[in-house]
Amino acid sequence: MKLNTNSNAYIIIYSTILVLIVAFLLAFVSQTLKPMQDANVALDTQKQILNSLNLRGLSDEDARATYEKIVKYDEAENVYVCTLENGDVKYVLPLKGQGMWGGISCFLAIDSDKNTVYGAYFNHESETAGLGAEIKDNEDWQNKFQGKTLFAAGDAAIALSVEKNVNNETTVDAVTGATVTSTAVSKMLQEQLAKYMDFLKK
Amino acid sequence: MALFSKQNKEAFTNPLNLDHPILVQVLGICSALAVTSQLKPAIVMGLAVTVITAFANVIISILRNTIPNRIRIVVQLVVVAALVTIVSQILKAFVYDVSVQLSVYVGLIITNCILMGRLEAFAMQNKPWPSFLDGVGNGIGYAMILIIVGAVREFFGRGSLLGFQIIDCKDFNNGMMTMPAMALILVGIVIWVHRAYFYKEK
Repeated sequence: MKLNTNSNAYIIIYSTILVLIVAFLLAFVSQTLKPMQDANVALDTQKQILNSLNLRGLSDEDARATYEKIVKYDEAENVYVCTLENGDVKYVLPLKGQGMWGGISCFLAIDSDKNTVYGAYFNHESETAGLGAEIKDNEDWQNKFQGKTLFAAGDAAIALSVEKNVNNETTVDAVTGATVTSTAVSKMLQEQLAKYMDFLKK
Repeated sequence: MALFSKQNKEAFTNPLNLDHPILVQVLGICSALAVTSQLKPAIVMGLAVTVITAFANVIISILRNTIPNRIRIVVQLVVVAALVTIVSQILKAFVYDVSVQLSVYVGLIITNCILMGRLEAFAMQNKPWPSFLDGVGNGIGYAMILIIVGAVREFFGRGSLLGFQIIDCKDFNNGMMTMPAMALILVGIVIWVHRAYFYKEK
């Protein structure tokens, strides 16, 4: 018997069966691989936190071991408390903001005086490669945050920011050609750090 | 028909030279420009496209007599989309850093003209085995250009290959090469060389 492959009934049955098969296949693949993907995402976050503590370029195993050893997550404050090998205590604050094309995020490590920046690591979802993406790719730019302070002397408001051609105790020079992303980083620092005010003033 | 008859060989070798998807048909340019700033993502992208084109070709070729003509494009899309999703999940589970670098471009393989072109032009009319060869040939043709462009851009842009520093110079960073515009010029040069030395007009 020759099927009429152009009849409506055939098309409907054909597409239904096809979609069902594909749906089950995708659900199966997704379920099987989920634990490994979650582990990868978790490890990536751990690496980002270590990056902010200026422990960069670690291998997967080293990163996992180091993280286990030095980082404790304080759920109440949403702060990562880190005890470095020399005994110094650093706090890593996770910050999130809106960049030019998508979300941006930051792990900001501060000294135990809750004012001086120890290190910073920025990440983004879809900033322009070579311009806005420099906030993630340019290690030298991230290192410029080291030693800056969150507060200007004698001022209670957050002062840490990114600005064009300004370079003082609380300001980091903006990324060339990425004005929108730089402004977004500034806004993220101001708004998100303000939420940590209670913790910072404690 | 023998496994490696003349026709089958042509199905494999034509896309590598006379009927090259990038050099002659100028398809799939968008992703070729976007993922070639470094060698590693270029290789992974080339592999992903090769695997997906080959298997999509085989699946469509097996189904070709049952597919209702009126919804054939939809069926092709469903098959490609399912394969792309599976590949993207596998990348996320096993090579997370590469999947972050490739970001949206793995998902965009769905709209890669090379795939739809091969499914429509070849797999719908041919048996599974020649379709498989055709898919692998086209994928390798695509990967070839990605690898050439990726290698040149990484070497002259960052002084490294596959992440290993070759030109030993601190802060070696040639923005000209790492920006997508240079990829377009490089692809143009490759097409020119191909036309001048390897391609005979029929």
